[in-house]
Amino acid sequence: MLRQTPVFILQNKNRYSIIVPTYNERLNIALLVFLVFKHIPDVDFEIIIVDDGSPDGTQDIVKQLQQVYGDDRILLRARPKKLGLGTAYIHGLKHASGNFVVIMDADLSHHPKYLPHFIKKQVETGADIVTGTRYVTGGGVHGWTLMRKLTSRGANVLAHTLLWPGVSDLTGSFRLYKKSALEDIISSCVSKGYVFQMEMIVRASRKGYHIEEVPITFVDRVYGSSKLGGSEIVEYLKGLVYLLFTT
Amino acid sequence: MKHIAKIMAFLMAVTAVWISLLQTKMIPQSHTWLLPLYFIVSLGCYGLLMVGVGLMQFPTCPQEAVLLQQDVIEAKQFLKHNGVDVGTD
Repeated sequence: MLRQTPVFILQNKNRYSIIVPTYNERLNIALLVFLVFKHIPDVDFEIIIVDDGSPDGTQDIVKQLQQVYGDDRILLRARPKKLGLGTAYIHGLKHASGNFVVIMDADLSHHPKYLPHFIKKQVETGADIVTGTRYVTGGGVHGWTLMRKLTSRGANVLAHTLLWPGVSDLTGSFRLYKKSALEDIISSCVSKGYVFQMEMIVRASRKGYHIEEVPITFVDRVYGSSKLGGSEIVEYLKGLVYLLFTT
Repeated sequence: MKHIAKIMAFLMAVTAVWISLLQTKMIPQSHTWLLPLYFIVSLGCYGLLMVGVGLMQFPTCPQEAVLLQQDVIEAKQFLKHNGVDVGTD
C-alpha cells in the first residue's frame, strides 16, 4: 500500500520539539510516545519529557522508550520534585533544539493524531501560535459530567465577557508555538496551573501574535480521575481578575 | 492599555451618555434612573443565555473514547513486543 505523505510534511524543513511534563505517567507516556511516532513519522521532531521525580518509575519507562526510539528523539530532562507546569515548560525549552515547540499533556487527553493538523494549520497560515480548541464543531469532550460542562461553559462565557481573548478555548494546553514566541510570552507569565495556560494565550493575543485554532477532541482521564472543586473555581476567578488588571 | 482600563473607559463613556440623558430630559426621568438597572439585568440575561446555548450545543465525542481504547491496545502490543514494560499499574 502506497502511503502518501502530504506536501506540508514533505516540504517541511522545520524541527518540532514536543515538551511533555509528566508526574506519575508511567503507562501513559509510553502510549503517548508510540502514538506520536505513529502519526508524524516523516516529521523532524524530538520529544522532551520533563518528569518531576515521579515515584512510579516513569523515568525508567522513558529510558526503555529511548532504547526503542533513540535517545536523540526522546530526551529525558527530569527535575527532582514537583515544581509546577510553567517552570516545566521553561526547563524543557532550554533543551529544545527545534524552531517550533508543541506542548501537550501526557495523559492521552491530547491525542497525537492532531499533530499533523496543528502543523498543517501553521504552515498554511504562517501563524505564530496554533491552539487546540475543544469547543467548536469538529472538536469535543468526552467523559465530562453535566456539572463539569456547566462550569466549563460558565467559566468560558465569563472569561470572554471580561477579557475578549480572541480564542474560543482559553484553558486548553495542547498548543504549537514558534519557539521565539513561546520564549517571549513565557517570560512574562507568573500564574500557575490552568490559569497559566490562560495567561499565556491572553498575553500572546495582547502582544499581537498571530493565533490560529484547530478543533481537537479531548477524552478526559482514561487512566485517572479529574477533579473540579470549589478551590479550583476560586483560583480561576482570582486568575481572571489578575488577567483583567495586568494584560 | 491594560484591559481593565479599556473596560473602565467604556463604562465612563456609557455613564457620560446616561448623565446627559438625565440632564436633557429627552426621556422621562423615572425611566432614565432605571437605565443602569436595565443594562445590568440585560447583561446578566445575555450571559445566562450564552451559558445555556453553549451547554446545549456542547460538542461531545463518545466515539473518540472507543478509538482511544483501540489505540491503547495497538500501542501496548507494539511496546510489549519491543521490550517496554506496559504491565498493569
